[in-house]
Parts: sequence; C-alpha cells; structure tokens
Amino acid sequence: MTTGTAAASGEPAIATTGLVKRFRHQTAVAGIDLAVPRGAVYGFLGPNGSGKTTTIRVLLGLSAATAGEVRVLGRPMPRDLRTVLPRVGALVEGPAFYPFLSGAANLRRLDAADRGAPARTRQARIADALERVGLTNAAGKRVRAYSLGMKQRLGIAAALLGPRDLLVLDEPTNGLDPQGTREVRHLVSNLAADGTTVFVSSHLLAEVEQVCTHIGVMSAGRLVAQGTLAELAATGTSRLHLLTPDGGTAVGVLARLGLGLEGAVVDGDEVTAVLPAATVPEPEKIVAELVRADVRVRGFSLRRESLEDRFVALTGEGFEVVR
Amino acid sequence: MSADELTTPGPTSPGTVAGGRASLRGSLLASELLTLFRRRRTQAILAVLAGVPLLIAVAVKLSAGNGDGEGGGPPLIDRLSHNGLFVGVTALIVSIPLFVPVAIGVVAGDTIAGEANLGTLRYLLLAPAGRTRLLLVKFGGAAAFCLAAPLVVVVAGAAIGAVLFDVGAVPLLSGDTVSVPESILRALLVAGYVAVSMLGLSAVGLFVSTLTEIPVGAMAATVTLAITSQILDALPQVDAIHPYLLSDHWLDLGDLLRTPISWDSFGANAILQVGYVIVFGALAWARLTTRDVLS
Repeated sequence: MTTGTAAASGEPAIATTGLVKRFRHQTAVAGIDLAVPRGAVYGFLGPNGSGKTTTIRVLLGLSAATAGEVRVLGRPMPRDLRTVLPRVGALVEGPAFYPFLSGAANLRRLDAADRGAPARTRQARIADALERVGLTNAAGKRVRAYSLGMKQRLGIAAALLGPRDLLVLDEPTNGLDPQGTREVRHLVSNLAADGTTVFVSSHLLAEVEQVCTHIGVMSAGRLVAQGTLAELAATGTSRLHLLTPDGGTAVGVLARLGLGLEGAVVDGDEVTAVLPAATVPEPEKIVAELVRADVRVRGFSLRRESLEDRFVALTGEGFEVVR
Repeated sequence: MSADELTTPGPTSPGTVAGGRASLRGSLLASELLTLFRRRRTQAILAVLAGVPLLIAVAVKLSAGNGDGEGGGPPLIDRLSHNGLFVGVTALIVSIPLFVPVAIGVVAGDTIAGEANLGTLRYLLLAPAGRTRLLLVKFGGAAAFCLAAPLVVVVAGAAIGAVLFDVGAVPLLSGDTVSVPESILRALLVAGYVAVSMLGLSAVGLFVSTLTEIPVGAMAATVTLAITSQILDALPQVDAIHPYLLSDHWLDLGDLLRTPISWDSFGANAILQVGYVIVFGALAWARLTTRDVLS
C-alpha cells in the first residue's frame, strides 16, 4: 500500500532501543526494545498498568521519552513527527470527541487538523471511513448521543481517514459487544491484508491471538517476551504426565532421552515433569522408549502449554494491580 | 458494519496527499472558529453580553418615564435618552471591568485545557496539527472572540437604543456633535478598542490553559488575574507598576469619543497588549511544545 522509501528499505514499522519513560515517582517503561516488522499484526499485550499506553504515547510523540531511541516507519520520532504521523492512524486510550458536534463534524475537524489531508476529498474520505465502521446512519447525530461502542467505532473511523501505513490501536475493543469485537478483528485482518502494519494493544490475549502474527508482552514496564506466535509458543513449556508403577525406571529413561528432569516428581503411580517445549521429542517416541525399557505405561500425556498459560506465566495472574 | 462492507479497501494513494493545500474554508482555523461559535456555551455568553445594553436601556427608559427629570446617574448614561445609538457604547463601557473579562476568560481559559479535558488534544496532535500551529489557531479563535464580544454589545445596544430612544446627531465628550454615520463609526471604533484591550488577557488565558487539564480552573485563574490587575491599577501605592498592568488602559477609550480623535491611548494600549501577547504567547508555546500530553 505504500511507496515510501522506508518501506523499500525494509526498515521495521516501529523500532525502539532502550526506551525509558519515567514519571516523577515511577518508571512506567523500563528500557524496552520493540521491533515491529512491516506488514505485521503486532499484539502488544500486558495487564493494566504494565506501560502499554505510555509506550504508545511515546511512540506517537505525545510524550517525550526519558531515554532511548524511537523510530516509526523508518524515521526518528518525535523529530520527524510531521512526516510520520500523517501516515499513522491511531486510537489512543479510548476515543475522545466533541460531544456537541456530530460524528461527521468531529471527523471533519480532525481531518482539517492534518495539514497534508486534501480538503477536496475530505467529504468522500469521511463517508468512506464512516461506512467502514458501520456508522453511516449515525453520522449526523451528535456524539453526545453515541453509545460507548459507537464512540469506539468513530475513533477507529478517525484512524482510517487517510491512507495509512501503520495503525496503532490501543485497546480497540473496549466497550464493544462480542459482535463489535468480531468486527474489529475482521477489520484488522482486512487492513493487514492490504499491507498496513497494525500495532494493537490489549490486556486480553484471546482478543488478539487470532489475528496477530507477532506478539510482545509487557509486564511492569518491561518487554518480557517478543516474537512471532510460533517463536513465543516454542519458548514455553510442556507438561508431561505418566501413569506407571515403575516410576524410578521411567525417570531414568526420560533422563537418557536428554530431558532435563530436575522438576520430575514421582508420586506413587504418577510421574509429572515440566519440560522446555523446544527440546521435547515427539510423545510417541518417548512412549516407545519407555516400553522398550519395560516400563508399564498405563497412561501418558504431553500437553504443550497454551499461549494463554504462557501469557499468564509471563505477566502473573493476580487481579491485583502490581504497581 | 457487515463483513462485506469491511472488505472494501480504503483509499490507497499516499501520492495525492501533497495536492491541494487547504484553503481558509477547510482550514484548521476555520474549523476552530466554527467549533467555537457554533458551541452553545459561546452563544450563551454572547447572549448574556447582549443582555447588558438591553438592561441599561430599559432601566433608563423607565426612570426617564418617572418624570424625575435630572437623574443622578453617570453623565454618559444620561446622554442615552438623547441618542439611542449610544446605548451600545455605554453598555460596553459598563461591561469592561467584569462582564467582558469573564467572557474572555471562559473562552481563552478553555482553549487548550478544554481540549485536554475532552481528550481531543491528543487526537489533534496525532492528526498531526502541530503544537505551534495549534497554539496559533487557538489564539486566532480567542482573538476572534475578543472582537465578537464587544461587537455584540455595541450592535445589540444600537439596535435596542434605536427602538427605545431617538436616533440623531450625537453630542460627544468634547461637546461637538457628530452625525449618525459618524457615530456608528465611533461605536465600532470603541468596540475595536475593547477588542485590542482583551488580546493581552486572551494570551494570559491561553498560557494558563496550557498548564492544566481542568478548563474551569484555567477560566477562573484568568478572570482572577483580570480583576487583580484592575484592583492593583486602582491602588496609588503601587503606581510604579501601573503602566505595565494588563488593564491599565482598558477604560481610556474616552479619547475616541472626542473631536478630533486622539489616538494616544489607543497606541499606548496596543503596545501594552502586544507586549502581553508576546510574553504570554511565548510562555504558552514553551509550555505546550514541551509538555507530555497524558490526558
């Protein structure tokens, strides 16, 4: 979708090095190295208060970094803000509009604020954006009368006012019903299919897991994991569960197979072990080895940890806000 | 929003962006003016200001009807019954100490803080509006309101006066008499003088507005500063600072009501106001361009 030079050079859509943002009393972002490749749908995950929105504010030049470098679409931010931001559509920390203006009038004002947006095509682009989020019929209504979900849609429409190379969507499904959530997911997929890079933050893995190609996980201001979905899954663990009366022999066999078994527990007829997912052989191979060593296998399971388990393992499960 | 609609790709030609630089009609300044003047609150403020001449005219009309003859009112107000066109000017002079500064304080205090409060500030900056450009546009809007406010008083006053009183040649402070067209011109000049007088206060309001995300706070602070300036201006003990006070020339518009017109106070006022605009404009700029927009 883009013909820009940055795209040709294959520079990442977003790249930060050692990004730090400190407020008076706390470090909101503690040195993160984001790498969002062109064309990716990047899920930026983390519990509430983990620094996602602060990071997004710095990426978009709303807030200044305390330390570190930020490059968006191949250009340094906030220095090249004026050339970068017109190519970026963004929804940051919920939608915000003038309640006394209609939905369409709000979009007109935002479009007028972008010096590069041609006034000639304004009407058409607004109509197009409103149609894409299903708000055509509510375009003339004052935003005061909009539901939260409608405001959220209008916010997404604002992000789609022009041709964009990058979309930054901060919790885009907040306030949407399940139907609306599905629609947003669909919209993200379509935009990505057009070649737009999408950076979408969420505190719910399930919401983005289906559409993302890449994931970054924030926890307490740090980027604790980043990579493609497959890479992330590979760094997880598998849980082995074996039912046998020959526990001692079984552990020996497993150790011979090269599975580090420090965590293996023999409890009567049960053997359990947590193994790094990347090094575990196929389950049928393990069972074959066990049987060859005359271990009476009465039950066997090897369950790879789900991405959800991994996410919880990385960020902690508690309901409590960590800081 | 059906799945089918969503598959329609959006406009995909970034090359066209460079074309067609926005004319005034579609510009951010035009958008600012439309947003400001179409807002109910702005219209209500202007309506209140228009009510001042109405109140004065009705009061004078009623007291004149008493047959009391020589009233004890201020000389300017007494003149009203001789010429309706002066109702507006009188009302404006009465409004200078409080009503007009309050109106300006509300609009100027809201400029940045109001946007921050709604959250629209971040979206304007993401558009990107540019922080300096946004500040200039906001000051442009406030300046337009500085002109609109006194104009409304003068025009509403002239209209009410024309209905309630005679319209004819107007005696000035110097004793000369001017024709109706000349007196209209003088009334507009007075409105212009007040507009210039309020530019400095607008810049102060703009600066205060960059300090907070609570528009009411910025409004109150701006109005308080306007009142404080007038109080200090009335204290002879601090006459050393009088020439630098925002409100020092606010009431010096008598010069415009003489023949020939003396432009001295207009000039002195303009210089003072421009000074305030430069100083507080620079402070507002320094603040807004370095601030983290977190709202």
